[in-house]
Amino acid sequence: MDWMQRLEKLDRRIIFVIMLIAVSIPVLVRLDMPIPSSKEVDDYYETIEKLPDGSVVFFPADFDPGSVAELEPMMRSALTHLWRKNCKIVCFTLWDTGPGIVDAILRDMAGKMNKEYGTDYVFLGFKAGREVIMVQIANSISGVFPQDYSGKPTKDLPLMQQVDKLTDTKLIVNISAGYPGTKEWVQQVRTRYAVPMLSGCTGVSAPEYYPYYQSGQLSGLLGGLGGAAKYEARVGVKGDATAGMPAQSMGHLAVIALILMGNVLYVVNKKKAGAR
Amino acid sequence: MNISTEVWIWVSALLTLAIYSYLYRDNPVYKFAEYLFVGLAAGYYFTIYYRNTLIPNLIDPILAGPKDLNYFWYIVPIGLSILLLSRFVPSISWLSRWPIGFMVGAFAGLAIIGNAQGDLISQVQANLLPLVDPDSVTGFNNASGIGGKLLGILWMFGNILLIVGLITTLIFFFFSLEHKGPVGATAKVGVYFLMLSFGASFGFTVMSRISLLLERLRFLYGDWLGFTIVR
Repeated sequence: MDWMQRLEKLDRRIIFVIMLIAVSIPVLVRLDMPIPSSKEVDDYYETIEKLPDGSVVFFPADFDPGSVAELEPMMRSALTHLWRKNCKIVCFTLWDTGPGIVDAILRDMAGKMNKEYGTDYVFLGFKAGREVIMVQIANSISGVFPQDYSGKPTKDLPLMQQVDKLTDTKLIVNISAGYPGTKEWVQQVRTRYAVPMLSGCTGVSAPEYYPYYQSGQLSGLLGGLGGAAKYEARVGVKGDATAGMPAQSMGHLAVIALILMGNVLYVVNKKKAGAR
Repeated sequence: MNISTEVWIWVSALLTLAIYSYLYRDNPVYKFAEYLFVGLAAGYYFTIYYRNTLIPNLIDPILAGPKDLNYFWYIVPIGLSILLLSRFVPSISWLSRWPIGFMVGAFAGLAIIGNAQGDLISQVQANLLPLVDPDSVTGFNNASGIGGKLLGILWMFGNILLIVGLITTLIFFFFSLEHKGPVGATAKVGVYFLMLSFGASFGFTVMSRISLLLERLRFLYGDWLGFTIVR
């Protein structure tokens, strides 16, 4: 077996080490790269920009700690953008592993932007039921969430005395890691109640949601860390997504190089085998 | 380098490394972390479903006593829940089929309505497009320079590409005619469109996975080992 054949059967652990090095370098050494925007991100930004100041926004944060890497920067930028416009946020999650992380992000951002719980935002916690909850909450938020995440009666919160159903809000901003998430919100709620909707989702789910953006069911879409970084640039925030882009790009270059190498080796070795 | 002295940072870092050790090969350290996670998750799920759903939506309203006739609706979920527990008694386990049937029926109904109104009708409407988008013609006319004009031409072909892709892909999934001759050639074009979409999905998946690795590396290098990381 010559070296080209050996290279074709490269141990997968060497590939892991290559990826580790490629992603590690930009984490430790600054490599600034440009972050050009895209139409779906511009539309996301403009939809929020066009909201009247002080609008109430429905904010289902459907993710868990496993997708924090991509979705936390999106949620932070969206909260920054919405709160700059003094929007009121009704947040909850349909992911059972979500409430802890969503609550922590909300508290941290509210502290940084001087927003008060109960009047500027509420966090209603988690509720089991997926699509059933989506349909019910569109009709009565307090019916589904009689208590908020901390156990206070929902109806005692000043913000919840202004709104009790989906049509009382101006926009749905969904942060989605999969099922239940953007697809189900579009199917069960967006289409039925015609409230404009934005989605920030993981890279894995983005291809599935692009048809909803193309059809106008989503007014804007942020896909993966790339989408989060472009949105941070539009909002004027230098967050974890922007800081992560050089590492992301280096990782992609490593994957491209490995795919090209694998294909070249395959063709060359096949030709050699044919010649024999 | 300013290594962390916080216990929970160390626990988190060591468990991350334990999980990553699987990349080398399966080993007892990885198994320990895996079992620990499964056990913790089971306890967590029980607690959160009990605290966030059962207590506020069922137990508290029942203990509060009847205010109107709607109170008696709570008998239905309680009854169905008890029937679900009959699975533990083999002689009456068939009773659990009723609540399961209720859940399957409700979710199937919602899924059918959602797919029909959210996907099928809306997506068919969204694909009833003019072959050439009038905005693209305006965009082409207003574009300056060779680059701008080239982009304008590509924009003009956007709808055509979408419609050709849609029709050829649908023909690929049409199995009532043998894929030979013109049908076969059209289906083959559909395969290329499918391959392009798989490529795009793979690209997004790579981006997602690198993001996960990146977040863990930032934690390990920054929060745990105390290196200065790029912010």
